[in-house]
Amino acid sequence: MEQILFYILATVIVIATILAITEKHPVHAIVYLVTSFFALAVVFYLLAAPLIAMFEMIIYAGAVMVLFMFVIMMLDLGGGGDAKRPSLAHCLPALVLAGVILASLGLLVTARSSAIPAASHMPDVREFSTTLFTKYGVAIEIISMQLLFAVVGALYLGRRRKP
Amino acid sequence: MIVPFTHLLVLASILFSLGLICVLVWRSNIIMLLIGIEIMLNAAMLLFVAGSNHWGMADGQVFALMIMAMTSAEVSLALAMVVYLHRRKRTVNVDEFSELKD
Repeated sequence: MEQILFYILATVIVIATILAITEKHPVHAIVYLVTSFFALAVVFYLLAAPLIAMFEMIIYAGAVMVLFMFVIMMLDLGGGGDAKRPSLAHCLPALVLAGVILASLGLLVTARSSAIPAASHMPDVREFSTTLFTKYGVAIEIISMQLLFAVVGALYLGRRRKP
Repeated sequence: MIVPFTHLLVLASILFSLGLICVLVWRSNIIMLLIGIEIMLNAAMLLFVAGSNHWGMADGQVFALMIMAMTSAEVSLALAMVVYLHRRKRTVNVDEFSELKD
């Protein structure tokens, strides 16, 4: 049951992401990307990380994508007027790099003979928060300082200058 | 573990490749470029959570949370810069933004 659900969700993620990156209209791309992120959140839930799934929904699909949508609508980029569809010469390095990644992945998949044994127990929320606030306490401080700097930088960039 | 680790690896790699294609193909539009970066960071997050599930340690989930905080900081700064540059040059074409002060 869960395997079937995972494969359906993986298909949804890949198709929604392909539609998002080929879409010329930025608002449509954002909506496809929100679909992909919702499916990814359910995948996180299936992988026994309910907290990360919730944060994915709230922060990614909720805050970050709405911020994108807000900026697109505020700057009136919805028409996609001057955004030309890139030519084949633009696509060539991207396709070469993607081919390299997928070829190395294929080598990895085919060459692996002995599977790594999976762990027996799953980390729950209690273990997650214990690890977060004891082992990585310094990282929490650094991340919060980084968020503070981001707020200061965004306020500096966004302020209205007197002409 | 619901599916083999390799299948999660394949999914994350495909997602990362799609983000890379988006960044490299849409070089002219800064919004699509940021979307590509989001997709790539999501692929990295998926891999962290899959590893956390596979080895039964919570560290991967902690790093997924760190990536999320880092992404929100990055997106807020980048979009503030997009608004600022659009106010100056009336475009989102990256090639126009070759200098910070003019």
